[in-house]
Amino acid sequence: MIETTECIRASNLSFGYADGPTILDIPDLTVQSGERVFLYGPSGSGKTTLLGLIAGVLEPPSGTLSVLGHDVGALSSAERDRFRASHIGYVFQMFNLIPYLNVHDNIALPVRINEERKKRLGCSLDIAVKEAAAHLGIEQLLDEKVTRLSVGQQQRVAAARAILGAPELIIADEPTSSLDANRRHAFLELLFSNVAEAGSTLLFVSHDLGLADQFDRSLSLPELNHAGE
Amino acid sequence: MLLHLARQSLSNRLLTTSLTALSIAFSVALLVGVENVRTGMRESFSNTVSGTDLIVGARGGTIQLMLYSVFGMGSPVANISHETWEKWDEHPAVSWTIPYALGDSHQGFRVIGTNESFYEHYKYRGGQSISLAEGRPAEEVFDVVLGAQVAERLGYGLGDPISVTHGMSDVGFMNHDEMPFEVIGILDETFTPVDRAIYVTLEGITAIHLGWEEGGPPMPGEEIHADHVHEMDEIHVSQITSFFLGAESRAYTLQLQREISTSEQEPLTAVIPGLALSEMWQGIGYAEDGLMVISGFVVLVGLLGMLVSIYTSLDARRREMAILRALGAGPQRIVSLLVLEAGLLSALGAFLGVIFVYAGLAALQPWLEGEFGLLVPIRVLDQAQLMYIGAVIILGFVAGLVPALKAYRTALHDGLSVRV
Repeated sequence: MIETTECIRASNLSFGYADGPTILDIPDLTVQSGERVFLYGPSGSGKTTLLGLIAGVLEPPSGTLSVLGHDVGALSSAERDRFRASHIGYVFQMFNLIPYLNVHDNIALPVRINEERKKRLGCSLDIAVKEAAAHLGIEQLLDEKVTRLSVGQQQRVAAARAILGAPELIIADEPTSSLDANRRHAFLELLFSNVAEAGSTLLFVSHDLGLADQFDRSLSLPELNHAGE
Repeated sequence: MLLHLARQSLSNRLLTTSLTALSIAFSVALLVGVENVRTGMRESFSNTVSGTDLIVGARGGTIQLMLYSVFGMGSPVANISHETWEKWDEHPAVSWTIPYALGDSHQGFRVIGTNESFYEHYKYRGGQSISLAEGRPAEEVFDVVLGAQVAERLGYGLGDPISVTHGMSDVGFMNHDEMPFEVIGILDETFTPVDRAIYVTLEGITAIHLGWEEGGPPMPGEEIHADHVHEMDEIHVSQITSFFLGAESRAYTLQLQREISTSEQEPLTAVIPGLALSEMWQGIGYAEDGLMVISGFVVLVGLLGMLVSIYTSLDARRREMAILRALGAGPQRIVSLLVLEAGLLSALGAFLGVIFVYAGLAALQPWLEGEFGLLVPIRVLDQAQLMYIGAVIILGFVAGLVPALKAYRTALHDGLSVRV
């Protein structure tokens, strides 16, 4: 651990896919631990790429990128997979769930993939899944097939999965864009209260600037990113 | 956890999964079934005759001797004299002999002249004896005992008259019509060539050839009729074709064989049936090897079908891969998942295939036995079959590698972007 108060720190970060142009060129980006950060980015601005880098799914960029005190560039790809599984919760825009697993198994999936995350549960997987589901008001859906759920319910399952075992960093990639205004608000409320309870950092990415004022801080990817200039 | 995922994923695509598993199951069933039939054939074949230590005939090819004495195929080139047979029959090392006199037929079925020793000593398939379903053994000159299949095909029963044709042609123009034989016994089914022959006494065979000593039918007016035969005190049997021999002890077999083959009284050939049968099987057995190769290819086609079905499902599963990656599954996990799915599918297919084989055998066994005289035993899988099944499952895992590696590349390239 370099500094526990910094959750994400990037400097002189530059990335392009093999043989492609540079997509991201970020001189400086810092997210403090426990912050709820809104990252604004219209589509095509490199949001998903940035999140892929932070989550360690993509090959590390040039420059410095440290997440939760770990230098991402120094980790092997297997180490990055382990790191992601045990420290990061991830929510997609939509289609978050594995269609052939029921709600319970979808929520339990990250813990089943990663042993470390299991140790951090502090209780049995079953109880933890039930708790997470209860926090998001879906405890009665645990045995359902996920294909039967409404989009709003699916997003709550995805959120329950992300907060299971209280990972330090929760990344949400446009999780509300498929919800209508009411549900969007309710979902955000739930997400916030759960994140607060877990003490996690929330990096919330959206193209919908209207949500920005509900967060501690808001950043704009087009301003951060100097690629293409 | 991977196993759980793979199982759920497969059962989610139930239709494709079951079709793929079925195609593998059929190919495995074919493979194992062919192997079963092969074993059955080999055993049926090598058990056509048992308990006989030597078969002796006029000097000639051993295979030919086996063919005409045991399988009822082809014709003997020469006969051996009655005296020679008697001499060996009385040899101290010889326990029993069964004489065979061949050369005549009825409606295409061979007529064999033999004696009571046939009913007593002829054994097949691991020492089973000949038994009569109806009637009694042939004792009188014109007594006839039918093989089970002969009786069934020709619809004969006890008491029916039979005429014998000289030679093997169906439409005999040289019928021994003047000698009416009568069915007095019918043998139990043996599923060997015994079922396809007609048994008379040595005297019976001799009697129908009375007047044929010149090698052709008697001149008109010189035919000898049944009444004459009945009036004769004794019919002198002068020739037989071959004889089966049981030694006092198996240990004498080789010595007897050498003695018979080198005898100066008459040129003879003696074969050890077990040895000759396995030699013959080596000659004809490779036809089944061809069948085996074909079944092997069918299995490959089945596995290829599985490979294609998993491969084509990959595009639809790109989102699933992205989710798994976001949750911390490395690309290796995704490879393992797909390989495991393929392995499970082929294992399931192999398992179903084995069930098909047993169900098929149970259903078809009576038909195979009745129609082809082929007894395919139902028994636990032998080592070779287990190896085939193991190979199919391993090949299934290997086939899974192809789509898995494609998924690996896709997953690396897609990362977290779940655009499809």
